[in-house]
Amino acid sequence: MFGIGRTDPILNLTLHTNSPIEGLDKNIFLKSIALISMRNVIRKLGEATLKAVHKLGHMGVFMCKGVFCALTPPLKFALLIKQIQFIGFQSILVIFLTGAFTGMVLGYQGYTTLSRFGSDAFLGPMVALSLIKEMGPVISALMVTGRAGSSITAQIGIMRISEQIDALRLMGLEPYRYLIVPNIWASIICLPLLTAIFDVVGIFGGYLVGVKLLGMVPGTYFGEMFDYVDMKDISEGLWKSLNFGLIISWVCCFKGYYTGIYTGFGAEGVSKATTEAVVLSSVLILVWDYFLTSTMF
Amino acid sequence: MIRVQEIYKSFGKAQVLKGVSFEVPQGDILALIGRSGYGKSVILKHVAGLLKPDKGHVFINGSDLCNLRGRNLLKLIERFGFLFQNGALFDSMTIFDNVAFPLREKTRMTERQIRERVLTELEQVGLIGSEGKFPSQISGGMIKRASLARALIEEPDIMLFDEPTTGLDPITGKSILALIDSCHRRIGFTGIIVTHEIPRVFSVVDQVALLHEGVVLFHGSPSEIMTSDDPIIRPFVQAATDGAVK
Repeated sequence: MFGIGRTDPILNLTLHTNSPIEGLDKNIFLKSIALISMRNVIRKLGEATLKAVHKLGHMGVFMCKGVFCALTPPLKFALLIKQIQFIGFQSILVIFLTGAFTGMVLGYQGYTTLSRFGSDAFLGPMVALSLIKEMGPVISALMVTGRAGSSITAQIGIMRISEQIDALRLMGLEPYRYLIVPNIWASIICLPLLTAIFDVVGIFGGYLVGVKLLGMVPGTYFGEMFDYVDMKDISEGLWKSLNFGLIISWVCCFKGYYTGIYTGFGAEGVSKATTEAVVLSSVLILVWDYFLTSTMF
Repeated sequence: MIRVQEIYKSFGKAQVLKGVSFEVPQGDILALIGRSGYGKSVILKHVAGLLKPDKGHVFINGSDLCNLRGRNLLKLIERFGFLFQNGALFDSMTIFDNVAFPLREKTRMTERQIRERVLTELEQVGLIGSEGKFPSQISGGMIKRASLARALIEEPDIMLFDEPTTGLDPITGKSILALIDSCHRRIGFTGIIVTHEIPRVFSVVDQVALLHEGVVLFHGSPSEIMTSDDPIIRPFVQAATDGAVK
């Protein structure tokens, strides 16, 4: 790991000679250097772990405070309506398009796969269950993260670096109630609704391909669907989307609110916070989806 | 009354404040001067409760700001007005909405009463006619005046000014100081002005504190600092009054 002519990346030290210190045994010297290097690696690892734990704790406290403020009055109703319009209404088109094409792809792939086994009659339940239980909640959440979540982070981040959040606080007003709570409620309200739209549009996309394009009998497509899809599947999907709504608002608001602390100030800080918010939200959505699927349903 | 008692603050390895103490009596204005980067704005943020000191206390009318949390802290600082260096106006709102915001959120005034009050305040700062514009559509001097109107709309007990004239031309800077003076006479707030506007600011303030290397090196009246023979104070005041930095 540390030899003659090689540079230690942590100590930034290059060993050029066989006997660096006169009278000192070469093996002892090399062992000492290796020990110091290892100690530095452990120290840096410890520092990084402590930072990560501190950040996680900070995120946890942020969510607790956000949820507490969301559950206690006063609720800024006008801001909530504005955010519902922004997160929900303005996402309908993108949800409609992604839902339609996801359903169409599922219809096409499902039909070609199922027909190999002579089970093409089950296309309807396959498309519906895939959309309702998994793809609807997950893809809707990812779309909302990209469209609205990034914008929420950027907006709050700019307010942070231009001291608008400090100005709010110095008026004796709690910034959480203006910036965080409306986003939490709007996400929780909008995500299940957008997921429902995604599911319905996706099912009709599958119908379009399976029935209109590939010639399946319409009654079979919907008839089998009614037999195999029950209310539990629908509530499972909607519960997931509600969870994802909370994750999106939590991560995106946190990244924006603490732009100066974790990602630096200025335009670069906001840009970094926005990227981190989208990446972290997306990863957490997928991880939490697996956790919910494997433990709760 | 504002009393800053032995506050220490470090950012990473850099110790910015090393035991700063001063007092501003009720109704007085203190000018906080010193070289750039010596922590004047940091002190102001401590007084506003935006930063917590590593050690020391900030007393506002006898209440220790450093020991207050949550609603109690918000209740105390809602009697503050703060003029930020960049104005910190809400960029998605018009000037009118910015100035009306504290009244809409914290009072039960009708929209008609709010309109009257906001227009009166905007008239005081010379912004009538610009109330429908957004912060991005007006000049730096107008932003400062709009921010001043927003800070003063609730007639605060304590006003904190962070470099109110920085970045403005001499005439606009002078008008901002005159505005602060007239508002002080009208409202009678206790205030702190962080500034480099020497000696012009001395006509507005009652006291001057010079911050040097993390401590208050001088605290006295404007006339005392102008006649000081201290080897650190004298060159600073001389350079500032000559308009040259040595």
